[in-house]
Amino acid sequence: MEWSPLIISLQTAAVATVVTFLTGIGLALLVVRMHRFQGLADAVITLPMVLPPTVAGFFLLLLFGRRGIIGKFLLQWDIQLVFTWKAAVIAAVVVSLPLMYRTARGAFEQLDPDIVNAARTLGVSEWRIFWRILLPNARAGILAGLVLSFTRALGEFGATIMVAGNIPGVTQTMSTAIYAAVQANDYDLAGQWAMIIAAISLLFVVLLNWWTSWQTKGVRQWS
Amino acid sequence: MELMVRITKKLRSFTLQADFAVKDELLALLGASGCGKSMTLKCIAGLETPDRGRIVLNGRVLYDSDKGINLSPQERKVGYLFQNYALFPNMTVAGNIAFVVSGNKAEKERKVQENLSRFKLQELAEAYPQELSGGQQQRLALARIMAADNELLLLDEPFSALDSYLKWQMEMELKCFLQDYNGAAVLVSHDRGEVYRLANRIAVINKGRMETVHTKQGLFKQPDTLAAALLTGCKNVSAVQKMGNRRIYAVDWQLELDTDMPVFNKAAFAGIRAHFLVLREKVGDNTFVMDVVDVVEDVFSYLIMLRRKDSEARPVRLEIPKAEWLQLGNPTEVNLYFPPNKIMLLER
Repeated sequence: MEWSPLIISLQTAAVATVVTFLTGIGLALLVVRMHRFQGLADAVITLPMVLPPTVAGFFLLLLFGRRGIIGKFLLQWDIQLVFTWKAAVIAAVVVSLPLMYRTARGAFEQLDPDIVNAARTLGVSEWRIFWRILLPNARAGILAGLVLSFTRALGEFGATIMVAGNIPGVTQTMSTAIYAAVQANDYDLAGQWAMIIAAISLLFVVLLNWWTSWQTKGVRQWS
Repeated sequence: MELMVRITKKLRSFTLQADFAVKDELLALLGASGCGKSMTLKCIAGLETPDRGRIVLNGRVLYDSDKGINLSPQERKVGYLFQNYALFPNMTVAGNIAFVVSGNKAEKERKVQENLSRFKLQELAEAYPQELSGGQQQRLALARIMAADNELLLLDEPFSALDSYLKWQMEMELKCFLQDYNGAAVLVSHDRGEVYRLANRIAVINKGRMETVHTKQGLFKQPDTLAAALLTGCKNVSAVQKMGNRRIYAVDWQLELDTDMPVFNKAAFAGIRAHFLVLREKVGDNTFVMDVVDVVEDVFSYLIMLRRKDSEARPVRLEIPKAEWLQLGNPTEVNLYFPPNKIMLLER
């Protein structure tokens, strides 16, 4: 069995999750503090979650293709993104970002605003408030967002196949490998990849739930 | 230490106008909920921005709309005691204090220890806020404010969420702290007893408009306005018409009354506290025959609702010790005397 789809998938998802993690938290903080256009900004960031991934992929092709705004710009330095594994990373970031952003935003908004205000009146800088108060007290939500966006990135298919294609050994991920195997009538291979993706995703979500229940031990639940 | 505030801010249903000065004393802002008193504190602390005005603390301009000065909350050095204390849940008691102290490591440690012992928290240094009792949480919140070298103390309804026994204990603790604090402080509350016991001077805020600042004795003896009378706990008020230099007609009670106070032109209401009304043997000056409308047994007294005989007037409330009322043997009518020196004339 050729293992490259597993490695490409893990590599893509890992890089995408780092980008998603930082951008998602940044955008969440930005939107929480917005006074105007908050609803519009939220909608734009959330859109990839509700759109068909092929639509997200189509827009990415328009942007990063040879004639796209960004694609043309990058071509000046001889950088071409489409049909490379970097394009798979971009596709994974765009579709997993809403999950990170929404869970992080929810976690920040659940914090008592008086706690942040108290820190301000006590002379604590906004930067220290972020690192020592916002992040630690929102860690459950942020970790949930991290796991959700990683598993989402790992299984990404629609946008990936449009911008990165399905080149074995280069851009073929586990999910595109399943598609190719089914097309070639190789149900055994498709089944193997399906099991592997399911197993990895299950493992991460179970770990998250263990950690969460350990963290909230002793906290009263409504049921 | 001295604070001067003169601000206006337009809010949803009224415009907040606050104008006062505090110098090494505790000033209380007394007002009903939603009257703008918490907003006033938030503007002083820099958590909200007024539309116009000027705030000066110890000669430092914190806010000046004309000069475009608006310091951040971090730069203001204004301590704010939140209603729920707003302790940092992810830090220990010592951590909560250390987090807000500036200086090098040795200085930090010294200040943490100093404030732990000042607020009797040494044994709880490694505990987390959720493990503390209400009183301990309040002490930690105060310790944190002191450790941050603030120049002013703002107290935002510090006891409003507590039951009465705990409230009393916390109030005693706060009083104890304030006795050796000696700086300027502003307390916001809707509880007349609380502000009377804690504050030196009291200002009433009514729908965002701040009324004249009084000593607490002065405010309770002769409130200026209807709102101030109600906030200080006056149970009986009536609209009035001027009948003479010292004579009024109380429209709601349907009674003509003599007053000690000359009836000034802006007098629109009269009020009398329930425990100042007196029962008499005979009808006479300022004494009327009243029907007993209702008798309510309170904890230590009876509250008797009395209305002018054979009328549909608004009843007045009389508060009378239990034994005294029981002696009368449940009368259906009584003679009620309104002492002229206890009748307060109020502006709208």
